[in-house]
Amino acid sequence: MSNVTPDRVSLFVTCVVDQFYPEVGEATTAILRKLGIDVEFIESQTCCGQPAFNTGYWKEARPLALKFLDEYGEKPYIVMPSGSCASMVKVFYEELFQNDAETLRRVHDIGPKVYELSEFLADVIGVNNLPASNKSGRKVTYHEACHLRRELGAVTQARSLINTVPGMDIVEMEQAEVCCGFGGTFAVKYPEISGAMLQDKIDNIRDSEADTVVACDSTCLMHIAGGLEKQNVPVECVHLAQLLDEAIE
Amino acid sequence: MTSTTKNFKSAAKTVIKDTEVQSHLKGLYSGFNMARIHEAEATPNWEDLQNRAQAIKFHTIENLDYYLDMAATNVEKAGGQVYFAKDAAAASEYVLKVAKENGVRTVIKGKSMISEEMELNQQLAEKEIEAIETDLGEYLIQLAGQTPYHIIVPAIHMSRGEVAEILSDNLGTPKDATIEEMAGAARDELRDKFVQADMGITGANFLVAETGTLTLVTNEGNGRMSTSMPKTHIAIMGMEKIVPSMEDMGIFLRLLIRSATGQRISSYVTQVTGPRASEEEDGPDEFHLVIVDNGRTKMLADPNLREALNCIRCGACLNACPVYRKVGGHSYGWVYSGPIGAIVSPVLTNVPDAKDLPYASSLCGACKEACPVKINIPRMLLYLRNELTEGNYDPTRKKSSIGEFIAFKGWGLIVKDPVFMRIANWLGRLGQWPLVRAGQLRNLPPPLSAWTRYRTFPRLVKPFRDRWKSNEQ
Ligand code: SF4
Repeated sequence: MSNVTPDRVSLFVTCVVDQFYPEVGEATTAILRKLGIDVEFIESQTCCGQPAFNTGYWKEARPLALKFLDEYGEKPYIVMPSGSCASMVKVFYEELFQNDAETLRRVHDIGPKVYELSEFLADVIGVNNLPASNKSGRKVTYHEACHLRRELGAVTQARSLINTVPGMDIVEMEQAEVCCGFGGTFAVKYPEISGAMLQDKIDNIRDSEADTVVACDSTCLMHIAGGLEKQNVPVECVHLAQLLDEAIE
Repeated sequence: MTSTTKNFKSAAKTVIKDTEVQSHLKGLYSGFNMARIHEAEATPNWEDLQNRAQAIKFHTIENLDYYLDMAATNVEKAGGQVYFAKDAAAASEYVLKVAKENGVRTVIKGKSMISEEMELNQQLAEKEIEAIETDLGEYLIQLAGQTPYHIIVPAIHMSRGEVAEILSDNLGTPKDATIEEMAGAARDELRDKFVQADMGITGANFLVAETGTLTLVTNEGNGRMSTSMPKTHIAIMGMEKIVPSMEDMGIFLRLLIRSATGQRISSYVTQVTGPRASEEEDGPDEFHLVIVDNGRTKMLADPNLREALNCIRCGACLNACPVYRKVGGHSYGWVYSGPIGAIVSPVLTNVPDAKDLPYASSLCGACKEACPVKINIPRMLLYLRNELTEGNYDPTRKKSSIGEFIAFKGWGLIVKDPVFMRIANWLGRLGQWPLVRAGQLRNLPPPLSAWTRYRTFPRLVKPFRDRWKSNEQ
């Protein structure tokens, strides 16, 4: 935990949140503001480049990465409600620019300033008690987003934030750390494999008897919610930001 | 082995529908995978061991010529003979030559993935030499005329019924035999073969360069029998199996065995150095070591793929992989399956034919998390994807997936400019309304129908960027 509490952060809302889940961006902003932190939204922001990068289109991803570096390079705290986009900047930009020493320096520079939301709240701000309550009486289970866990190594942060809310305890599902099968274009290129992985996730969620699935990535939630909806399973998918915003007084 | 990597998609679909096989694959998570995690947690210096093993591997692979030379010198010093085979064909030719010189009629084989690369059993059969696999799983696979499904548990996909069937057809055991009866029958059969055989062929888990010592890890003791009973022993290994010193074995054995099966130590660890020395009681008269390249220098030459040579073939990444646990081993279409197979198989065979392998991954990183030598598999999968789209392996590929190229070019143009994104969002919202049912897109046209077959898709809404403005006001 750092000694200085930042009073201002730059929000990178991610393209998926911008286009499909603006309420997640709003919840992120609201939590930060409730904690007394100013939130800056750089209006020119778009996408970190991950969809192209993951599919092998590195040439198409590079201009977006450069755009991100231009926009955020000077910002001391960059917060994103996505472990996957944060991994893109912190881990995968290094691959993207492995043959470009100049840009690589900028990448190394920005990496430590980029935080996924739960990391920021738990590790930088050190949130450990909240004026909050489980208002809607949710029974919450937590899905671990892959990149958050395995690229950023953030395993405990989100869970401890959820458990910080009085009256809210996670009911762990089986295989919470196993991928839901999203994987970007993988979900469309190999629908049968992705669908089978999703089925396991749905079964595990159902078996947990939770009424709410929480995760730190809107893409995982889009995938899981889409599967639950398709099968009419009455379990709600909620981003950690929304869960906390709803809970905090 | 002939590669069928091209058929990945259709093979995978078939396996996903096979409920029997699915139940076996599912068991890998609760079985071997959890056993590995448990043992790793119970080993206080696990991470330290991993780091040391990784460093040793990087060092050895960087200096492979030096250590190969050292290994060869020491094997020869111990009275063994060493042959460097540039490919599978050369390796087989050498084995057949040695067999012929020794008038070999029956071969007993220990588990060896590289002999699968060589299709050695078929090659021997063509020369009318009987070769019998002595690892029980491999034996079943051989009787069934199949290839291994998994590096560590080759017959993981077979049901008890199938095994009973195979053994009944081949050994005449009753179809309702108990597991003990089946194992007993196989054991009796194999014991006879051990006595008859005039040559033993094994793989290698490690070869210690400073002493020229072959190390085999088994649970059935068949490695020990194959290396000591017949008059001639040939060990075949991929050129990456070298470790510098005997001291390193302490690190690698701890990591390999715990990661493979979750045991602290396997039932047998066999170490042999050269043929039987004059003062020794048992062991072969002749010992040959065949060191095989078969495409590995391609991996060595590419700094982005070299790390794949650090693999100690423990199979942990297969057990941890949610894709492997759906598609099974045979779908990958060549000797090596699962996450590491998705790198090694394309590179050792033909990348464009195997293009599905690097793509059929959600990049979840479970492999990397499981790997005892910390191989960054997702990184290499991403690299291969880029090489494929840039046409570095196959210049015609750009044409063959033109739709995808155009899609990403178009996407790139839109997302680079927030104004274009606004326009696209607005057009999208207009265009989507006939498709929206109860707030979701439920049936999209191809290629997005691949999404809506299993999930609904959220509709585009007024973007955050526009709502943010209204927030500020
Ligand atoms: S890549 Fe790692 S986990 Fe997979 S088989 Fe090799 S050593 Fe084991």
